[in-house]
Amino acid sequence: MASKPRVRAPKSASKGEVVEIKTLISHKMESGQRKDSDGNVIPRQIINHFEARFNGEPFFIAEIEPAVSANPYISFYHQPQESGEYEFVWNDDDGSTYSKKSKLTVEG
Amino acid sequence: MMSKAMSRRQVFFSIGGVAAAGVGMTLMPGLAKASPEEVQKAIKEMIGDTTPQEGKVSLDLPEIAENGNTVPVGVSVDSPMTQDSYVKAVHLMADGNPSPEVITFKFTPQSGRAEASTRMRLAQTQNVVAFAEMSDGSVYRAAQPVKVTIGGCGG
Repeated sequence: MASKPRVRAPKSASKGEVVEIKTLISHKMESGQRKDSDGNVIPRQIINHFEARFNGEPFFIAEIEPAVSANPYISFYHQPQESGEYEFVWNDDDGSTYSKKSKLTVEG
Repeated sequence: MMSKAMSRRQVFFSIGGVAAAGVGMTLMPGLAKASPEEVQKAIKEMIGDTTPQEGKVSLDLPEIAENGNTVPVGVSVDSPMTQDSYVKAVHLMADGNPSPEVITFKFTPQSGRAEASTRMRLAQTQNVVAFAEMSDGSVYRAAQPVKVTIGGCGG
């Protein structure tokens, strides 16, 4: 149901620099509060969990509720001490997971 | 017959108002605000019995949100973010939504900065509240009212 996870993370940073990371995933974030034209509740289906890892280690997590808007956007920070790889993972109520990776080079 | 005194703008707004009300009725039947008990329960689940202190937490929110379906919200907490002293989590809550919880951000010393942002649904004019849990167990709180022109559905 979701698609196109998008991440804006730096490709390089200096050691100890605090960098900003912005993420977005296309998803309807059906809240479970709405009804269809026949009056039946439309079942909840949201992205309920987001995790940002660096070299396998989670450094930022978001526990997401239906109050988060469609196409959930999350921005946050990281202070890398070494070069490595980011992995960003989104979990859907339907059991699917979506992920995106990105490399970072730390200089100095 | 429409009164001559009614300007085009007034006509536009009255039609828009009716349309918006119609959409609201089909999309949000029985949309209820959480009761004070539900809000208290949600707070207890977030921070337990700790009494929150004021300060350290800043919310970045619009005073007026024209579209309650997507309201930008940022939160930052004053913290050195070291192994000895960091922000473990920030819980965001909207006390006028059918379900008050919005999102929980969990941080680590590797976060570097206890700051994050997202976009949320606000069903109506209400208070947005942030609770920050520090690594020493203390809790800090900040709240800010947001006026919502057209409520976001669900939440």
